[in-house]
Amino acid sequence: MRLILDIAVTHIVGRGRQTLVAILGVAVGVGFSIAMAALMQGGQDDLIAKLVDTMPHVQITDDRRAPPVQPAELAFDAVSIAGLRPREDRRGIINPTAAFAWLKEWVPGRVAASLNAQGVVRYLGRDVGATVIGIEPKAERGVSSLVEDFVEGSFEALDVGGNNVVVGDRLASRLGAKLGDTVTLVSSSGLSRGFKIVGLYHTGITARDEHEAYILLKSAQILDARINVINEIRIRLDDPATAPAVARRAEARLGYKSMSWQEANEQILEALVVRNVIMYTVVAAIMLVAGFGIFNIISTITHEKSRDIAIMKSLGFSRSDMQRLFVLEGVAIGLAGSLLGWLLGFGLVYALASVHFELNTGARELTRLPIAWDPLHYAIAAGFALASAAVAGYLPARKAARQPPVDIIRGAT
Amino acid sequence: MSTPPALIETEGLTRILPEVVPVTLVEDVTLSIGEREFVAITGPSGSGKSSLLYLLGLLDRPTRGQLRLAGVDTGPMDEAERAERRLAMLGFVFQFHFLLPEFTARENVEIPMRKLGRLPRAAIRDRAGELLDSLGLASHVDKRPDQLSGGQRQRVAVARALANDPPLLLADEPTGSLDSQSSEQVFAILADLVHRRGKTVVAVTHDLALAARMGRRIHLVDGRVVSDERAPAAGIPG
Repeated sequence: MRLILDIAVTHIVGRGRQTLVAILGVAVGVGFSIAMAALMQGGQDDLIAKLVDTMPHVQITDDRRAPPVQPAELAFDAVSIAGLRPREDRRGIINPTAAFAWLKEWVPGRVAASLNAQGVVRYLGRDVGATVIGIEPKAERGVSSLVEDFVEGSFEALDVGGNNVVVGDRLASRLGAKLGDTVTLVSSSGLSRGFKIVGLYHTGITARDEHEAYILLKSAQILDARINVINEIRIRLDDPATAPAVARRAEARLGYKSMSWQEANEQILEALVVRNVIMYTVVAAIMLVAGFGIFNIISTITHEKSRDIAIMKSLGFSRSDMQRLFVLEGVAIGLAGSLLGWLLGFGLVYALASVHFELNTGARELTRLPIAWDPLHYAIAAGFALASAAVAGYLPARKAARQPPVDIIRGAT
Repeated sequence: MSTPPALIETEGLTRILPEVVPVTLVEDVTLSIGEREFVAITGPSGSGKSSLLYLLGLLDRPTRGQLRLAGVDTGPMDEAERAERRLAMLGFVFQFHFLLPEFTARENVEIPMRKLGRLPRAAIRDRAGELLDSLGLASHVDKRPDQLSGGQRQRVAVARALANDPPLLLADEPTGSLDSQSSEQVFAILADLVHRRGKTVVAVTHDLALAARMGRRIHLVDGRVVSDERAPAAGIPG
């Protein structure tokens, strides 16, 4: 094998300029593939991190995926009931204390209960529709990333006497209210109450910044005339990846719709898969083009070296030796290109990571391109390059190795 | 006591190129060549001399007939086995030296030994040097083929053919592209291989004067053997 390697190296070194062009072709392909993968993976990671950070990992609501089975259906096989509606639709999670306690027993993370109610926030004659969310500030800190987005005040301020509310800065802006002003919350049941703004937050998500208001759970229950009722349990897990399993177990026991963050964002995650497929297709296409360069040089070498092939065969080299020789030449070019491409890719990723963007969004004034530094990108790009180099070397090598040496020797003499 | 098998035995060896109109290169050649023979294959152009040599050297496959090398039938051998046999048993010298141009004289001689892998690297290097030295090329071992004269290149080709110490050397017009002085040198080397080193040399040539100095002359016309003559002191070059 050492001999074959020596001959291969002698061949490709002997064709310096052509070899360099082929190596550069592979290097550019590998380098840009790495940069593209880093950028796309970075964007994906950033998006998922935002999804994971900004929403609960598991959300248990008082909805059910299917209507509850009626006793008559259990008793008789022939009975099937559809379209059944209770006389009085009392929403909310039944026996919330027990459900909450059961979850806290085994869930590896933090759990918080809330009551979400639709209402209106009114200030100086202006009305803005909002979801009024009743929370327990201490528990909420464990499940929500909102605490990091406060522009003024905090969740804790809700606990400090009287009726207090925390709203998004856009909602306050629409109302013309500011910290310390008292707004009126009107629930869907018609009850209203004055609340003092003790905190303003900015998440960057318009739906939350403009249409959510947080008050104490007790206050929300009074405002919505639903004493001791909660209609949502939110869970933040130590490991977000376990969310589907936790959701399944909770739903199986409690009967309420339990949605993991993966299920809630299924379409986005599917889109990311499609995006990855597109990305790796482009990477493969780039490598294919680089492979044509290798194919070209190996074809040229095998053509020019046809006499040498015949000589080596006459010396006792076999067809497979010849094939191995030229595949090795292709792979050597692919390897050199991959190593150079790694350097180029690293440089490109470093340059992209250094790019700064000035964004005038209040909470996040300065940001960078989301970049993922992942050795897997380097391995995949090099893997594609080596595979295409091996194929590009193999095809002309096979043809050259099959040519009878006598044909060439006769032609030469 | 049984006699050792001939080094080369052919029986009805025939090679036909499967063209639209089939071309017969070698037809029904039956011969036997023993050890320490110095054989000339002669004949006019297109008589099938080189084609017969390529068949004997396992570079080509016969259309029909049998070829035994050292008593072993080569017919059932696959491509890899034929390559192994060429490597260990045969040495080739062509009309044009056919050295690998990127390698030095020493490296060219080392290649068959490295391929065979019987000797350690240092021993291979030493043997290549000794072979080149014995052919008067001691001062040219590190030169590439393009830095050598025609005669020197052909001597390097002979050294390479001898690298694995094969019992059989096949030469296709080994002096065909050389001037008379170089031609004489190469002929003397080939004769010496038979006379002193006990090799069998089969050389294709159309130089009848040269052939007359060899131990045996096989004359081909249209692919068929028309005469097979031995000199009075067969096998000992004169």
